[in-house]
Amino acid sequence: MTQKPKKVDIIFSPYSVAPYQILKDTMKRSKEEVIAELISSGLRGRGGAGFPTGMKWKFAAEQKGSVKYVICNADEGEPGTFKDRKLLMSVPRKVISGMAICAWVTGSTQGFIYLRREYKYLVTELQKEIDIFTHHSKEVGLNFNLQIFLGAGAYVCGEETALIESMEGKRGEPRNKPPYPIQNGFLGKPTVVNNVETFASASMVCRIGAIEYKKFGTSDQRGSKLFSISGDSPKEGVFELELGMSVESFVSEFGDGDTKAVQVGGVAGFCVPRKDFAKAIIGDGNTTGGSTMIFNSSRSMYRVLHNYLDFYAEESCGQCTPCRIGCQQLLKGIEAVKKGEKPAEYLDQLLKLSESMRLTSKCGLGQSVTNSFSSIVTNFREEMIF
Amino acid sequence: MANKITLTIDGHQVTVEHGTSILDAAKQINIKIPTLCHHEDLCVAGNCRICVVEQVGKQTLTASCATPADNGMTILTSSPKIRRARKDIMALLVSEHNTQCTTCYRSTNCELQILSAEYNVDNSIYMSVLKKDDCEIDKASWSVEKDNSKCIRCQRCVRTCADIQHVNALAVTERGKDMKISTFMHLPMNEIVCTNCGQCITHCPTGALTERRYYDEIWAAIDNPEKHVIINTAPAVRVALGEMLGYPVGTRVTGKMVTALKKMGFNSVLDTDFTADLTIIEEGTELLGRLKDALVHKKPVSLPMITSCSPGWIKFIEHMYPEHLGHLSSCKSPQQMFGALAKTYYAEKKGIDPANIVSVAGMPCAAKKFEANRPEMRDSGYQDVDAGLTTRELGYMIKQSGLNFQDLEDDDFDKIMGESTGAAVIFGATGGVMEAALRTVYFLITGRNVPFEHLNITPVRGLEGIKAASVKFENCLPEYSFLEGVEAKVAIAHGLKNARIIMDQIAAGTSPYHFIEIMACPGGCIGGGGQPIPTTNEIRQKRIDAIYAEDMGKPIRMSHENPEVAQIYAEYLKVPLGEKSHHLLHTKYRKRNRY
Ligand SMILES: Cc1cc2nc3c(=O)[nH]c(=O)nc-3n(C[C@H](O)[C@H](O)[C@H](O)COP(=O)(O)O)c2cc1C
Ligand code: SF4
Ligand code: SF4
Ligand code: SF4
Ligand code: FES
Repeated sequence: MTQKPKKVDIIFSPYSVAPYQILKDTMKRSKEEVIAELISSGLRGRGGAGFPTGMKWKFAAEQKGSVKYVICNADEGEPGTFKDRKLLMSVPRKVISGMAICAWVTGSTQGFIYLRREYKYLVTELQKEIDIFTHHSKEVGLNFNLQIFLGAGAYVCGEETALIESMEGKRGEPRNKPPYPIQNGFLGKPTVVNNVETFASASMVCRIGAIEYKKFGTSDQRGSKLFSISGDSPKEGVFELELGMSVESFVSEFGDGDTKAVQVGGVAGFCVPRKDFAKAIIGDGNTTGGSTMIFNSSRSMYRVLHNYLDFYAEESCGQCTPCRIGCQQLLKGIEAVKKGEKPAEYLDQLLKLSESMRLTSKCGLGQSVTNSFSSIVTNFREEMIF
Repeated sequence: MANKITLTIDGHQVTVEHGTSILDAAKQINIKIPTLCHHEDLCVAGNCRICVVEQVGKQTLTASCATPADNGMTILTSSPKIRRARKDIMALLVSEHNTQCTTCYRSTNCELQILSAEYNVDNSIYMSVLKKDDCEIDKASWSVEKDNSKCIRCQRCVRTCADIQHVNALAVTERGKDMKISTFMHLPMNEIVCTNCGQCITHCPTGALTERRYYDEIWAAIDNPEKHVIINTAPAVRVALGEMLGYPVGTRVTGKMVTALKKMGFNSVLDTDFTADLTIIEEGTELLGRLKDALVHKKPVSLPMITSCSPGWIKFIEHMYPEHLGHLSSCKSPQQMFGALAKTYYAEKKGIDPANIVSVAGMPCAAKKFEANRPEMRDSGYQDVDAGLTTRELGYMIKQSGLNFQDLEDDDFDKIMGESTGAAVIFGATGGVMEAALRTVYFLITGRNVPFEHLNITPVRGLEGIKAASVKFENCLPEYSFLEGVEAKVAIAHGLKNARIIMDQIAAGTSPYHFIEIMACPGGCIGGGGQPIPTTNEIRQKRIDAIYAEDMGKPIRMSHENPEVAQIYAEYLKVPLGEKSHHLLHTKYRKRNRY
């Protein structure tokens, strides 16, 4: 019997304490202690790159200068991801608490929630929550002004430096890194950018403590994580699961009994074929945004890949050569192989190209195309050809 | 040593200043890394990715132009991984490209072509993703042609227009596969706020941006026996043309150029310097008039007065500061003065029907093409200047003519309107017009030469973006006694970014100056949009050095001593700012849209 994935109830648990009690309690401790707690919890960013959150905050706290920013990345543009929306709708105070704690430990007085334009309908409620927060923050003497910023409406604007560019009124193109946002971010000032879920999780770590939090997950993937589950599943939706489960156990819970592949981590993630279900672990560096798409045997993996590449060819910002042209070549290439205009071996050329794209692209978008491309082409080669 | 960084590149230890890119650090030890989007004039973009290197310990390759060197870095600039990646990048660029090098204006002078040859790119690996729409060339502007099918999206033009010129005519539009360089509302180049300066052209690595070419029309005119074809060449051309013809940067080729043009069939080869000297007389008189109005008659006149030789600058102020057009000198540029006189004074003296004169200008400039076609530039009764050619076009025409340029004898400009002074020559460099004006104005006011050794007014020279200087008038001649003890404050700006700083001061009412020289292009005309490509600061400086050397070598170095200038006043114009001058040599400006 495969073990079922363990459902966890931390992030969505109803508020168990008075509003902003977590913030108030946390502020009674020392900043160093709070950062140490976060580092020890092993919490990693939930937005994509998986950078250790405690470390990010520590670096930001160490930056000199009195002006620093905290930005909550609620751009949620990854297809098949909708957990950030749910968080902002159901537990906004946890997110805001996380931001406030971050502001307090890093010495920032201004924060933004970069909200995907499609989520505009959340603004009214969210603004009410911000007003409540402002009231409470004054009580504890925290000077942190929070504002909503409506996004520019492109997937790439979720990339933290493109996000900052777009907030500065420029075209949403990723910047060269280094310097990283914590050194040189919004308006050239040190800036912490974290995902919505990261902030919520950070506030939960502050509430229950690193020791409790670490009880969930595996040695390198601590805690729980939200998964947006879509595709051929009778249970589509957002679930909080313990990290470190196998794809097999995931499929046994969420699949429809006929699962042939699972795309873990959205378009930027990997496609796991049935033969690898038992050995592939979700949470092994591939969870990224938590989008998990389930495909049953009625699906053409060629169509799936075609959709992804279409998406990439449209959503690349287009500035850098490997990503702008590479995405078009991969798309055109699989079409040509499918139509018999190019030999099947052309797929190998394309695999090499996708590797060049990974090596040379400027940002995570172009660098991660190869993840889905190579995993789908390698595992479903016949579907690409016939 | 806090400001020094030590890293290892290909096994060599290198120590560089903090902030140096890996690319520049490698250059210091003679390692060449290929680049495309990089240009030393511009801010870092890091988008072409051809400059990738391996940074040991890093998962992905590193763009060397965009990454600062750091202590302890270990860099490889050549490895199988790098070679494969670069070759792929080249192959991708070629797959998006309209690879018609044989018919491309930039062939043999194209950075993409050179690299794809170096990397021996196989054009058949990837399928063409060239877009049909991109193949429609925008030829609407008199000055700049835009061909998206040759564009590699390096954004050098965008950065040039934004950072050097503060015009923002070109911008990135669309995303992903449709991303391209376009204009406001995708309007054609003649309908947007573009100064025609051509700096985008000289910063473009490929044939995507070029000047509109007119040499076929010129050849046709030369071949037509009815036509009397004359050419005047600007000072900046003679110190840069050699670069097109196999000479090292900074070589003066004045004499050979004159010979070549004569051999090519121009009926008369004349010197724009003549009208540069004339400009100094007219503009100097205008300035003295304004100063007198202000100081003696207490009339409200527009001071500072600003030079008007640079048509890119003129269009800039017409768009951006139309409420301050009164500050401009009413003098036409030397090119347009020349054109107006060619079809009047010259025609009369030579007994040629002006209808049969084809007047060509050899210019370091793209904006002069537009200027020649301004409707107000028809004071001779004809289009005063029929065509403006860039230094590049001239270079190609000389090549087309089959002359062995380097073996030509030197020759002198024809007469009339071929006489020049050192003061006119230095018009080609930033600060030159100011220096020429000061040499003459100081003499007019005091009867003495400017108090600088060898007439060299060094404070107004050099590549600094904005230069300021002052000259005190003492022991003035009686008619200029109103200037006694006055300290004339002058400024020089080049590059429209710097022009904007000057104009913002004027708009704010805080400009301390009496007279300002502004040139649209960095370095002045020697760095013009029609000059040989590439242009960098090192190249600008060498051309400038050549200009001042040419000045030093001239027997006459002050405009008011030009004998042909004296002659034209005696025979034709009578007095500076007189009726004829007013009609032929001065012009008006117009307000243009800000967007
Ligand atoms: C193309 C692209 C899109 C991204 N979109 C998002 C997004 O919608 N939301 C998000 O939180 N992070 C997104 N990221 C990741 C961010 O760049 C950044 O790593 C993240 O916001 C950092 O927060 P974290 O450390 O809390 O994950 C994206 C990255 C890339 C390359
Ligand atoms: S990798 Fe793609 S999305 Fe990222 S900077 Fe390059 S073109 Fe833009
Ligand atoms: S731009 Fe360069 S590579 Fe392209 S056609 Fe012209 S010369 Fe050839
Ligand atoms: S037009 Fe030239 S400079 Fe501009 S992006 Fe294209 S290739 Fe680069
Ligand atoms: S030259 Fe470095 S990325 Fe273009």
